[in-house]
Amino acid sequence: MNALFYLLAAITIGGGLASVLLKHLVHCALATTVAFAGLALLFLQLDAQFAGFAQILVYIGAVAILIVFAILLTRGADLPKDGVFSRTWFVGLVIAAGIFAVLAWAVLESVRALPQHNAVPAVTVRDIGNALVGRYVLPLEIVALLLTAATIGAVIVAMHEKERPKP
Amino acid sequence: MTTPLAGYLLVAALLFAIGIAGALVRRNAILVLIGIELMLNAANLNLIAFWRYGPHPELLTGMMFAIFSIAVAAAEAAVGLGLVISIHRHTNTTDLDKMNRMKG
Repeated sequence: MNALFYLLAAITIGGGLASVLLKHLVHCALATTVAFAGLALLFLQLDAQFAGFAQILVYIGAVAILIVFAILLTRGADLPKDGVFSRTWFVGLVIAAGIFAVLAWAVLESVRALPQHNAVPAVTVRDIGNALVGRYVLPLEIVALLLTAATIGAVIVAMHEKERPKP
Repeated sequence: MTTPLAGYLLVAALLFAIGIAGALVRRNAILVLIGIELMLNAANLNLIAFWRYGPHPELLTGMMFAIFSIAVAAAEAAVGLGLVISIHRHTNTTDLDKMNRMKG
């Protein structure tokens, strides 16, 4: 537990809070990017280089851009007249606080049972590649199929429909 | 803080709570998707932290789980934002409080 961890945790949590609380949707998207970057740095801090760079590529490179595109395509950059929070915001806040209380209680109660092997894992990208085409080849193929189906599905759902003749 | 793992788990729990608050509290459908992404990322942080401090990191179980989870999250984001754009085209709003009918 060092100062770097606290700094990265503060960046991540601050980005997450800002992305939920800010009024302008574009600001929210930028704050989400900050949270994603903080998470990628936390992955690097955990010696998971491959996951950290995959996080940067997929989330900052693709998902954040996709969110900005969706905001601009739906004209979400204008401020709504009747507030940004839903009518039932208090119930949502209570549910979120309850979930955090339960999770934090579970973590703090089981601190002694948590594993702590401090040796840095000697895992290279070559090992990850070998595992992906060896033991995990079936999940890899299923994920490839899922990504193809999801891309085609997203294009079909968002495609402009032709005007249907009225019956 | 006694163990480093507990610190990471607490950060992930807080991020998960922020994500669920965003999904439940905001009106805009895109913000709900952002909340869901934050929740998925919190789960990934848990997986990587347990992989790092667990007894057998060379088996790569938690790492593989996190990588597949990132891939599935990317697919989910694409389909979710496509749905939001499609709904916006039909009803001209992304306000979830105004989407109260099934007819498009």
